[in-house]
Amino acid sequence: MAEASTTTHSHPRYFLIWFYLAALTAIEIWVAQIGSWSRMFVILTLVFLAVWKALLVALYFMHLKYEGRQIKLMVVAPLPLAVILILAVLQEFR
Amino acid sequence: MSHPAHAMTHGDAMHPPVKAEFGSGVYTEKLGMWVFLLSEVMFFTALIGSYLILRFSRPDAWPAGGPQEVLNIPVTAVNTFLLICSSVTMVKAYAAAADGKLNLLPLWLLATTLIGATFVGVQAYEYTELVTHGFGPSSGLFGSTFYTMTGFHGFHVSMGVICMAYVTLRAFRGKYSATDHRGVEVIGLYWHFVDLVWIILFTIVYLI
Repeated sequence: MAEASTTTHSHPRYFLIWFYLAALTAIEIWVAQIGSWSRMFVILTLVFLAVWKALLVALYFMHLKYEGRQIKLMVVAPLPLAVILILAVLQEFR
Repeated sequence: MSHPAHAMTHGDAMHPPVKAEFGSGVYTEKLGMWVFLLSEVMFFTALIGSYLILRFSRPDAWPAGGPQEVLNIPVTAVNTFLLICSSVTMVKAYAAAADGKLNLLPLWLLATTLIGATFVGVQAYEYTELVTHGFGPSSGLFGSTFYTMTGFHGFHVSMGVICMAYVTLRAFRGKYSATDHRGVEVIGLYWHFVDLVWIILFTIVYLI
């Protein structure tokens, strides 16, 4: 019977990641309320912060950072497809 | 009489048995969950992609001052914080199991279940408030896309809470050990994914 993830690595500092996530969320809310920045700059900043938070969850909470190469490749595989899907359809509405 | 297939199975000096490949190097349940989550990536990409296209092609269908004019950002921010907290309690449950601290495992799982249920409760409150103020699923493109996206996510969280309650019950009954806690890790992957999706949805639906 397979054994469940007998992890050989020490655990990441989960509460530190939690603090980063909470802080980034607070920054997001602050950025969304800034009226003096251009709309596009606000959107890009918010997307950047969201991707940063998503990466923290995937890498440290889902332990993707410590997975083997094959799992990492499998996870990354649909991401270009997702980007292509959105960008390609967006072209129709330019 | 020696059958060729029989000889292949047991091997001999000329035909040694084929070694089993290790594949992805993870156990089946975990691989299955990852494959399921990747299909979920495409599912939510379709929803988010549709939302972005409608949002930027029909800006007149959204409030001029942004979604903040209609949606309750402070309440949702608190809910976002709750989901982040639940991810921490979930990963602490996994760490407790992996470290053999089995007395802490059910407590962390219980905390995750309760926080997840609270998230669903706050979302139900948010929906009730919005509908009361006249913003429902039939309130134009904004209303239909908002309720579709957050509704599907809420459904995922609800299913996660039910599964988490089951895993918590099993943990209280001592069904997991330091060497075999597959159920904890697999539900954890699902839970963190749901958190990850909310991080994206919160930004796109509420803030942009």
